[in-house]
Amino acid sequence: MNNINNAFKNKSLIGFIMAGDPDLNTTKEVIISMSQAGADMVELGIPFSDPIAESSIVQSANLRALKSETYLPSIFEMIKEVRKTTQISIILHSYINPVFNYGYEEFFKKCSEVNVDGIIIPDLPFEEKSEIQYYADKNNVNIISIVVPIDINRVETIAKDAKGFIYLVPSIGSTSSMEGHLSEITKVIDTLKKNTNIPIAIGFGINTAQQASFFSEIADGIIIGNGIVKIIEKYNKESAKYVFDYIKEMKNAII
Amino acid sequence: MNKTKFGQFGGQYIPEVLMQEIINLEKAYEKYSKDEKFNKELKDLLRNYAGRPSLLYYAKNMTENLGGAKIYLKREDLNHTGSHKINNVLGQALLAKYMGKKRVIAETGAGQHGVATATAAALLGLECEIYMGLEDTIRQSLNVYRMELLGAKVHAVTFGTQTLKDAVNEAMKEWSKRYEDTMYLLGSVMGPHPYPTIVRDFQSVISKEAREQILELEGRLPNVVMACIGGGSNAMGMFYNFINDKDVQLIGCEAAGLGIDSDKHAATMTKGNIGIFHGMKSIFCQDKHGHISPVYSISAGLDYPGVGPEHAYLKEIGRANYVAITDEEAVDAFEYLSKIEGIIPAIESSHAVAYAKKLAPTMKKDEIIIVCLSGRGDKDVAAIAKYRGRIINE
Repeated sequence: MNNINNAFKNKSLIGFIMAGDPDLNTTKEVIISMSQAGADMVELGIPFSDPIAESSIVQSANLRALKSETYLPSIFEMIKEVRKTTQISIILHSYINPVFNYGYEEFFKKCSEVNVDGIIIPDLPFEEKSEIQYYADKNNVNIISIVVPIDINRVETIAKDAKGFIYLVPSIGSTSSMEGHLSEITKVIDTLKKNTNIPIAIGFGINTAQQASFFSEIADGIIIGNGIVKIIEKYNKESAKYVFDYIKEMKNAII
Repeated sequence: MNKTKFGQFGGQYIPEVLMQEIINLEKAYEKYSKDEKFNKELKDLLRNYAGRPSLLYYAKNMTENLGGAKIYLKREDLNHTGSHKINNVLGQALLAKYMGKKRVIAETGAGQHGVATATAAALLGLECEIYMGLEDTIRQSLNVYRMELLGAKVHAVTFGTQTLKDAVNEAMKEWSKRYEDTMYLLGSVMGPHPYPTIVRDFQSVISKEAREQILELEGRLPNVVMACIGGGSNAMGMFYNFINDKDVQLIGCEAAGLGIDSDKHAATMTKGNIGIFHGMKSIFCQDKHGHISPVYSISAGLDYPGVGPEHAYLKEIGRANYVAITDEEAVDAFEYLSKIEGIIPAIESSHAVAYAKKLAPTMKKDEIIIVCLSGRGDKDVAAIAKYRGRIINE
């Protein structure tokens, strides 16, 4: 049974972390503490040698995870362990090549076994979705669609076909002045809502409680990434309790 | 066949943020590649600025010395900026201009594509920024200065292996931040559709000329056509107009570095597997988890862990063959051609010369080989001297 709808019962808080940063045991602890602090979903990054679409903060997390030799087989083992403690919704965030090499059939079967609800693939746009669609559907794993509001027709096309939730990336490049794009974002959300019933989460650049509160007003959920990754970069294996405090603060801001 | 693919290879595996711009590029290329004014202007630039057509030179000394097939060299080294890269760059920079772009960005490995891009940008009045791995900016400091002299800004990329692959990553990332006024001028037959097609079309002038030239000189087609291959732009250009000539053998020569059984090579076709990276499904050097491997070659221009999707397709259907040439063989060929013909080839092109040296003696005297001499070797002189144990201050 897919857990995504459950994660959007109220305003949803989605936290991104990189698997294996700095090691998988820490990742396990962090997921559990995120869950305890009230996060609704974990977006778990799969490390890749060439993460072309990430911020430099997440790129560095990739390097740390690869340094601890974190690969898919042990990541699935870790999720299996996590499932003994929490049933929090988990989606994976991976470049297509590690998934391709693992084997699509086997990969999605494994996702289903450990209750992974969805997958975000930054280098698999709408045009190439058929690459994995069959295996994802068969195993009830949603391919999460990223929407960047550049062309309105494209936004509509993607929305009509989307499953799980929409991952909305509102502004290009610089994310510091997102408040300034408010009317644009509201317009895109209107367009999306006309074309799909699934929830919409806003990602990229939300770090502070104030931003979280602001964006949760207009969307169904918010995604925080750099903020958590920076804590892990700083506190290393001791990160779990600091991530707990941060998530708690963010969650309180959106209720 | 899917129009973005060559068989199963190719496609558009790129972040959503770039998709609309890629679609715009595809449409613009469709329009202008059929536009009379565009084509006239490009033809004029190729003739009067780049110096085309390039010569098809009969290498008499080399032929006699090897005692087998007749060897012709397609002299792309005589083009302005010293390599075949200018063919593609003039086409894409002109396209950028027709699309109303004010600025071009590009990746470069050895610096040949960067220099060519900076040159075209200077000529056509476009702003230019080049991404180059830090490691390569040190290996090719002369080319860095050359690009700056031409008015370009060079960014040293410090992430990852700090070579060509990382320069592509960074250029793509930068393009996704600023595309309204900027075109990414890709240097090889790789990346997401439509780049492999655009670059191949602009480079196909090589085989268009060579085919006409050999028919005029010999009254017949060659038996073998060969070229060095990293990403594969000069090879694709050299092969393209011979693909339908079923009796013409097509051979790509990739970099075996210190040997294909060492971990220091860039022999993608020989050692790689199918994967998806840099916007395309193709063949890559990668580990079993799908992480892209660091690669190595004495030639910075062949030092790339993948290959263009149309090459992967030509290999799969058995239309082209790919062989691997070591550093040592390439350096021997570099010295050989310099001494026997008075032509210093680029170390990249020397990989093709090396294979011609092996193959020609096994062929009959009335058979013909055309080797694409993709670039001149002036840029490599200091590195080859060092390889042979002599330190030269450039």
